[in-house]
Amino acid sequence: MQVAVLPRSSIGKKALMAVTGAVWIGYLVLHMWGNLHIFQGAESFNHYAEFLRTVGEPVFSHAQVLWLIRIVIVAALAAHIWSAWDLYLQAQRARSTNYAVKRVVQANYASRFMRIGGVVIILFVLFHLAHYTWGWVTPFDRADPYRNVVIGFSSPVIVLFYLLALAALGLHLFHGVWSMFQTLGLNSRRFDGFFRGLAVFVALVIPIGFATVPLAVLFGILS
Amino acid sequence: MRLKLRIWRQKNAGAEGKFVDYNLDGVSEDSSFLEMLDLLNGHLIDRNEEPVHFDHDCREGICGMCGMVINGIAHGPKAAITTCQLHMREFKDGDSITIEPWRAQPFPVMKDLIVDRTAFDRIIESGGYISVNTGQAPDASVIAVPKTQADRAMDAAACIGCGACVAACPNGSAMLFTSAKLAHLNSLPQGQTERFDRAVLMVNQMDAEGFGGCTNIGECEAVCPKEISLDFIAMMNLDLLRANVMGKGKR
Repeated sequence: MQVAVLPRSSIGKKALMAVTGAVWIGYLVLHMWGNLHIFQGAESFNHYAEFLRTVGEPVFSHAQVLWLIRIVIVAALAAHIWSAWDLYLQAQRARSTNYAVKRVVQANYASRFMRIGGVVIILFVLFHLAHYTWGWVTPFDRADPYRNVVIGFSSPVIVLFYLLALAALGLHLFHGVWSMFQTLGLNSRRFDGFFRGLAVFVALVIPIGFATVPLAVLFGILS
Repeated sequence: MRLKLRIWRQKNAGAEGKFVDYNLDGVSEDSSFLEMLDLLNGHLIDRNEEPVHFDHDCREGICGMCGMVINGIAHGPKAAITTCQLHMREFKDGDSITIEPWRAQPFPVMKDLIVDRTAFDRIIESGGYISVNTGQAPDASVIAVPKTQADRAMDAAACIGCGACVAACPNGSAMLFTSAKLAHLNSLPQGQTERFDRAVLMVNQMDAEGFGGCTNIGECEAVCPKEISLDFIAMMNLDLLRANVMGKGKR
């Protein structure tokens, strides 16, 4: 009998998804909190952007911590996507014939939206990188992040796309946060209400926190 | 009652199946769903046609033999019952009813509405037992079992292995079944010795049979005639994670 069932079983892949998802939730909280510095004004926000490169000095040299975080989140995202894809293929094989009539009894919309929602989020992440890291979409000046944000969100179409992506993120988090505890075996009837509540909290706070910035630009609060 | 039935007909495991429409008149609303199919089969036999084959045994909702997907829901529209406990009063005169077999790669259709569920037997064989010495029957209550654990083991042991969880799961996952069988023994003192080996062995077999993974959507729990809880899946996940840390599963 072999020992290491975990890496090959669907449960191991799910556990990997749970852990990498948790890494991303941690990153999103930091990113969202950092974004809110924009409401303290251009100088404070640009100073915060510079801090992201100087953080950890002199132990770490310029932008080293930033790159460490980038490597961790890209690796986590890659593992998350690989697991999801592998589990999707396994599910396709297991249910190779579909029903002529199929009704959903209790599964909520968020839980059935996970795979499509994940694709929406990946597409958004790519656009977001092109928008604010590489500066391909709107006029971009690396030295003035505040101005980049204001110009970047001057188009209602871009703002709408951000809001849609955040809605997809909210749904993904609503099922994902609860699912994380279930997958890691930490859930039980006693704690179910707490984890469901936590999922609602996270699924609201993160997207709303992010949405304040594009909305503030769109309504002229930031200029 | 008058019904329009649309039933999956398939000659054998190798044949191509198809839906066949039947009109059935004179169905009593007090009859069970299987009695309704008996009535149809009576007419089919009178007409020298092949009757619709379906699994059934006790017709009391406790054996786990019967099961079909009725209008898109495993075991039909009423929660927490098997197909045999579904009565025609749940339907209206003139209703159309689509009846399909369980659909999953590890559950091949053998004929009409009968699927081969021996994959479940092999999961049980792989670890769903405890090793004890035979001999004289032990005295009652020698091993104290706390009430909460006894209750949890009983809740898990209520699983009758009908396969509705697999049928309802869009991933064709057998996690609810396997976790119930694990939780049943893993909740009791007698099951502790082999607890983590059991988790590894049964999950291994479950994967080898070709079942899908769990996406925690809960459709299995919703159609389960014995209301087996998703909690057991969480328990199985944790046991498997711990078993791997401990390097269990060797024999």
